[in-house]
Amino acid sequence: MAKAGENGEATGREPTPAEREAEAFRKRRRGRSIALAVVLAALVALFYAVTIVKMGPGVLDRPM
Amino acid sequence: MDPGRATQAARLLPGAPHAAGVPGRGFPPSLPFAIRADARADRAHETGHAAAGYAAAGDGPTRETTHDLMTVMTHEPAPQAPVLPTAIGGSTAEAGDYLALLKPRVMFLVVFTALVGMVVVESAVHPIVAFASLLAIAVGAGASGALNMWWDADIDAVMTRTAQRPIPAGRVTGGEALAFGLTLSIGSVLTLGLVANWLAAGFLAFTIFFYAVVYSMWLKRATPQNIVIGGAAGAFPPMVADAAVTGSLGIETLVLFAIIFLWTPPHFWALALVKSGDYARAGVPMLPNVAGPDETRRQIWLYTLVFVPVTLLPIPLGFGGLVYTIVGGATAFAMLGLAWRVYRIREGEEAAKAAQRLFGFTILHLFILFAVLLAEHALGLYSAVPALVLPGLA
Repeated sequence: MAKAGENGEATGREPTPAEREAEAFRKRRRGRSIALAVVLAALVALFYAVTIVKMGPGVLDRPM
Repeated sequence: MDPGRATQAARLLPGAPHAAGVPGRGFPPSLPFAIRADARADRAHETGHAAAGYAAAGDGPTRETTHDLMTVMTHEPAPQAPVLPTAIGGSTAEAGDYLALLKPRVMFLVVFTALVGMVVVESAVHPIVAFASLLAIAVGAGASGALNMWWDADIDAVMTRTAQRPIPAGRVTGGEALAFGLTLSIGSVLTLGLVANWLAAGFLAFTIFFYAVVYSMWLKRATPQNIVIGGAAGAFPPMVADAAVTGSLGIETLVLFAIIFLWTPPHFWALALVKSGDYARAGVPMLPNVAGPDETRRQIWLYTLVFVPVTLLPIPLGFGGLVYTIVGGATAFAMLGLAWRVYRIREGEEAAKAAQRLFGFTILHLFILFAVLLAEHALGLYSAVPALVLPGLA
């Protein structure tokens, strides 16, 4: 992947091993973060559903 | 000592890992990968000491072979684990690596047997509560798997079957696996307690403790009866599920526990007959390495003789119907036939094939029995065989 120079021109320089390593690390961290977000969202939905069930059938009936 | 023992002891293969380059348990996660060289040497000596104990009892390798094994275990170079890119300073694992820590195939078996446990007791629990309970049990089982992988990273690295697991392969550190396992253990137990009841939660906590501490940290490296006693951990899920949906433990799930418990020795010893080299390299005292393959075949046969009648107990107890009677009977005969072949054929490639066939069939056998129970009770296919049911239980 070429890196842009000061005026936007392509320098043609290949990324260094450290840059490649950092990019791979960021990619894996993003994947872990997305997976964790999905799991947490699913848990929130599940706990909400369980709470509604445990509160019983009258939970939505509120005296006016 | 039986002269055959020396020959069998000589089969203990060298090649145990050297201390350096083997994944350590990683306290805390930031420590470099190969730091726990001294701990690895300690564990090699502990395992060798266990094998020496069996030699003293006249029931395992000779003292000379054990000494050679110990020498090899502490000095022979280990396969090198890949070096983690530590310059970044953070985790380099992918989400899939953490999933692999949970042993998904074992989790599936746990969920499946727990589901059958829930279904056969025929409780009136709400499906969402049942699903949440099942999920908590599954996550608890996964947490046990992660803790087991954390503790066994050293021996996993030298066994071909397990060398690609996340920790020995360098994708996850020991500390990360420990933190992951502990977090899931606590979370799953608390969730089960809040969703179902605290009897089930306590039982799940005990199951995790039994597998991670009693089996992984103690029995596995100490005795050839490791999988016999430790197998109880894999047999608890139906009982945990029963406790979750009924608040008590019934005879049905006790029978399911007994089926899985007695299934475990023939299953794992058939595997150990085929993979004895792997286990010897890792210093795990599996029965073929300690008592020899002939004694292992005898034990497989004896356990099968006890296991098969227990698989038929659901019939007289009134929760295995006509379909279970037919299928259970057929698989019982098949199991006896395959176990007899393992007992009878002791030499050559045929012996290894017989053990592999038995191992493969044990997986199918357990799955079929539980699948039939699930189908009979969940799909309404149950129909008792009155002549075979005990009075009052039809």
